[in-house]
Amino acid sequence: MNKSLLSAFIAGLIFGIGLLVSGMANPEKVLGFLDLAGPWDPSLALVMGGAVAVGLIAFNLAGKRQTSLLGDVMRLPTRRDIDKPLVLGSLGFGIGWGLAGFCPGPALVALGAGELKALVFTVAMLLGMAIYELLQRQRPV
Amino acid sequence: MTIDWQAFTPWTSLLGGALIGLAAAAFVLLNGRIAGISGIVGGLLTPKKGDTGWRLAFVGGMVAAPLLWLLVSSLPVIQIDASFPMLVIAGLVVGVSTRFGAGCTSGHGVCGISRLSPRSLIATGAFMLSGFATVFIIRHLLGGL
Repeated sequence: MNKSLLSAFIAGLIFGIGLLVSGMANPEKVLGFLDLAGPWDPSLALVMGGAVAVGLIAFNLAGKRQTSLLGDVMRLPTRRDIDKPLVLGSLGFGIGWGLAGFCPGPALVALGAGELKALVFTVAMLLGMAIYELLQRQRPV
Repeated sequence: MTIDWQAFTPWTSLLGGALIGLAAAAFVLLNGRIAGISGIVGGLLTPKKGDTGWRLAFVGGMVAAPLLWLLVSSLPVIQIDASFPMLVIAGLVVGVSTRFGAGCTSGHGVCGISRLSPRSLIATGAFMLSGFATVFIIRHLLGGL
C-alpha cells in the first residue's frame, strides 16, 4: 500500500479517536460549551488547548521543511488577507455549528458510530458543499 | 456565568485534544497537508486525478475510529438532541459556509491557530462568536427548539 495513503488513514484514525476521547464527538457536550449563559462546560477550551500545544511544535517544524517526511510536497496555506468570504463564511459556520452541535469532523466520527442523525447531517453538509461549488461556477472569478 | 462541574472533563478533553494535535502533526509532517476536515471532504466533490485517494483515506480513518474503539471498549455517549429538520438545516449551513470561509474547527481552529495564521485567528474568533450567539438565541431567547 502507498505510504502516503496509509499515513492519511492513520492520521484520520487518530484524529477520530481524539474526538471521541475529548468528548467533541458528542454534540450535547459541544452545545454545553457553546451555552455560556447556561451551566457552562469549559471542556472544549481544553481540547483546543491540548491540540494547539502539540500543533504549535509540529507546524513550526513543518514550516521549515521543503518536502514532507514521506517526500511529498509541503502544501501549507500562504494567504494572509482577511476577506469577506472568510469572515462571513466563518460566521455562518458558527451558526450551523450552534444549531445542532456538529462540525464536520465529529459528524464523520458519529457517522462511523452508526448514528442515523449524523448521516442526515453529513448528507446535508455534502449538499451544502455542492451548492457552494455550483455558486462558484456561476460567478465570474 | 456558572460552571457545570459535573460535565467538565478536563483530563480526557486535554488528552483527546493532544491526540487531535498529534493527528494534525503527523499529517502535516508525513503528508505535508493541513488536517482540515471541511476542505478534505469538500475536495471530494470536485475530484482531480491523484487528489482523491488521500482524502478518502483520511475520511475513512475518521469513520473507522469508532469501529477500532469498539474492539477495545464500548463507545462514549453521543447524544444528538437536534431534530431531523434542524440537522438538515445545520448540515446545509455548515457545508456552504465552511467552504466560503475556507475551513472549520480543524483547519482554522486547530491547524490555523497552531500556524499562527491571521486568517485562521479571525475565522476561529468569528465562528466561536456566532456559535455562542446561536446557542444563546435558541436556548435562552427562544426557549429551545
